[in-house]
Amino acid sequence: MSSESLSTRPAHLQHHFADTYQQGDAARLGMWVFLLTEILLFGGLFCFYAIYRSWYPDMFINAHRHLNVWLGGTNTVVLITSSVTMALAIRSAQLGKRREAVYNLVATLLLAAVFLIIKYFEYEHKIHLGQLPGKFYTFQGIAGSNPHVFFSVYFLMTGLHGLHVIGGMGVIAWMIQRTRRGEFSPEYYTPLELTGLYWHLVDLIWIFLFPLLYLIG
Amino acid sequence: MYTGPENSYLKQPRGLKSWLLTLDHKRIGVMYLTAIMFFFLVGGLLAVLMRVELSSPARDVVSAELYNRLFTLHGAIMIFMFIIPSIPAAIGNFVLPLMIGAKDVAFPRLNLASWYIYVVGSLIAVASILQGGVDTGWTFYTPYSTSTNSAVITLTFGAFVLGFSSIFTGLNFIVTIHKMRAPGMTWFKMPLMVWGLYATAIIQVLATPVLGITLVLLIFERLFGIGIFDPAMGGDPVLYQHFFWFYSHPAVYIMILPGMAIISELIATFSHKRIFGYKAIAFSSLGIALVSFLVWGHHMFTSGQSELAAMIFSFLTFLVGIPSGIKIFNWVATMYRGSISLKTPMLYAIAFLLLFTIGGLTGIFLGTLAVDVHLHDTYFIVAHFHYVMMGGTVMALLGGIHYWWPKMWGKMYNETWGRITAVLVFVGFNVAFFTQFIMGSQGMPRRYYSYPDQFAFLHEVSSVGAYILGFGFLIMVIYLIHSLYRGKPAARNPWGALTMEWEAASPPTTHNFDKDMKLEHGPYDFDRVEVEDEEMVKA
Ligand code: HEM
Ligand SMILES: [Cu+2]
Repeated sequence: MSSESLSTRPAHLQHHFADTYQQGDAARLGMWVFLLTEILLFGGLFCFYAIYRSWYPDMFINAHRHLNVWLGGTNTVVLITSSVTMALAIRSAQLGKRREAVYNLVATLLLAAVFLIIKYFEYEHKIHLGQLPGKFYTFQGIAGSNPHVFFSVYFLMTGLHGLHVIGGMGVIAWMIQRTRRGEFSPEYYTPLELTGLYWHLVDLIWIFLFPLLYLIG
Repeated sequence: MYTGPENSYLKQPRGLKSWLLTLDHKRIGVMYLTAIMFFFLVGGLLAVLMRVELSSPARDVVSAELYNRLFTLHGAIMIFMFIIPSIPAAIGNFVLPLMIGAKDVAFPRLNLASWYIYVVGSLIAVASILQGGVDTGWTFYTPYSTSTNSAVITLTFGAFVLGFSSIFTGLNFIVTIHKMRAPGMTWFKMPLMVWGLYATAIIQVLATPVLGITLVLLIFERLFGIGIFDPAMGGDPVLYQHFFWFYSHPAVYIMILPGMAIISELIATFSHKRIFGYKAIAFSSLGIALVSFLVWGHHMFTSGQSELAAMIFSFLTFLVGIPSGIKIFNWVATMYRGSISLKTPMLYAIAFLLLFTIGGLTGIFLGTLAVDVHLHDTYFIVAHFHYVMMGGTVMALLGGIHYWWPKMWGKMYNETWGRITAVLVFVGFNVAFFTQFIMGSQGMPRRYYSYPDQFAFLHEVSSVGAYILGFGFLIMVIYLIHSLYRGKPAARNPWGALTMEWEAASPPTTHNFDKDMKLEHGPYDFDRVEVEDEEMVKA
């Protein structure tokens, strides 16, 4: 039987779980499985990258010079920092410091926005030059066969990653709401913890994308 | 329609809205069952239409173009909208929590979401008909799928969305099985159905994202011409096939493993005997799940992969036969000297054993390189996969539906009609598809709306078989629906089974059990426990 009898069940405990531990355990396992599917989803694109890179190594190296390492590098720093503020937010929640948790979450959200803004300028520049995927590619001046494929890979991978950033921002905004409403406490902060896991994955994927796309050579 | 006592999950709470917003796994299971049966009907009608066309060599009712669209839609509906969600999402949702003594799955809201995603994905996929349908076959092979002017994007996008529904169901089941089992239910005290669903869920979670990204790449290829699969732009069409079959071969086991899971329950219950080789059956499910990821290349023996790769894939393919063989051996050993009662579900289980064995053995033929080159893209393939999918999974599904029918609705179906129909379905199936093995080995190619006169007789026989099959399904629909209104009220445990779902009321109440469940005995302890007047007592 559960240790928490019906009369003392905390509000966050859903009816079909026996106690808070079981509920938290289930949520964490669920999140890890979900993250695994995310990695596999990106895995298909990493395969695409690896195969094409091995077919056209020279073209890849020539094309990657047209990405802006500084902007990409800045974004890497931005995302890593946001991972830190995310972790701090969870720490604050664990300690019951609600206000601090909100500040840290807001910082995370802002950093995510900075990431997207920088990405926007990068995209804008590429679109302007005609370095677009597939048949929309018009840029002249990269030696090697099928340079448009590099930009297809680039837009697909960073685009899918960007969608994940946007999704993450939505969830973080929701978490800010819930934290402010006082839904979390040192006993119960599972949703924050799961958001953190997700956000670290988004960060991690970028940490792989950055060297593969910007730093190869 | 009388559906059990006032407090049953079917009656509490009331109203359409309470169904559409339900978080009860049983209601979601019933909603899935309704939806997949609808698509089974649609896919079945398309099949009958094809069989009408094929009943003579001439062009009868459809043109070549329309025929291509028909078999694509039939295949896509049957695979993505019917058979993949069928047992896990419909039956599994209903019985899994009951079988492990839980009040619900771990994530009820995600469960409801997965149903809606399923419906939306299906609608998108079917909307491709409005754009004139798709003529690529359900595998969407490049480069044809990137150049044809049919509605490939709509259909593949629908399949992409459907994938999420499958992933969420699998994720939910994995967590439910890990974290929600009643006290005392160790891993080796779980019913074999739960093991089967577990292995299936692993494949759903690991394979489906790969299909997702493959379809995204295909859609991008069509929209932007990125050239990943197009040889004219430096791409490789066989790469698509590798991606696709890396999902779709394991997906074959998303289809068959849950079927096998049901069969384990049916054979144990209706033989009234401790199941033979419990652990072997449990581990073979995991074994199949693992090996299934290593054999995709047998779909490409004739498409220009290297000879070495083909040989390796051929060898690995044979390995899949081992765990499947173990299961069949254990089921037969369980039946041996059991007190077998030939109730309708058991008849379907026996049909499964015979038909799946044929399907499996012919799979070994196809895994043999030299033979496959001869049989590739003939009716032998068509017969093989219908034996596995329909003779295997669909028979198990029908057995499962009859087995759990009393629990779902609190009503008994008519046993006599049930048995008559089971025989009809079995006969119709064999007449329809065994003929196709013969045609295939004589060289009748698949995916043609017309054929040389030499095959006319066998095709006609095959069509007659399909009509018998269709007639059987019609009777089934009638007596099952009739039972909801006029059937005898079902007892708590009409079959004398020992798994936990039979300790809940028929139909169960909203939170499944009246008390917190605890495991008292193993799921197949027929030698220690006897069922008397609904109560399980020590023998
Ligand atoms: C009601 C009995 C059924 C009949 C009479 C039937 C008939 C057919 C026919 C005539 C074809 C076209 C063969 C060709 O020209 O190559 C076909 C293809 C196919 N069927 Fe069925 N079928 C039935 C049930 C099922 C079921 C239950 C499934 C799976 C759950 C299924 C899955 C498929 C698939 C995947 C294809 C291949 C489509 C393609 O070539 O793209 N069928 N079926
Ligand atoms: Cu296969």
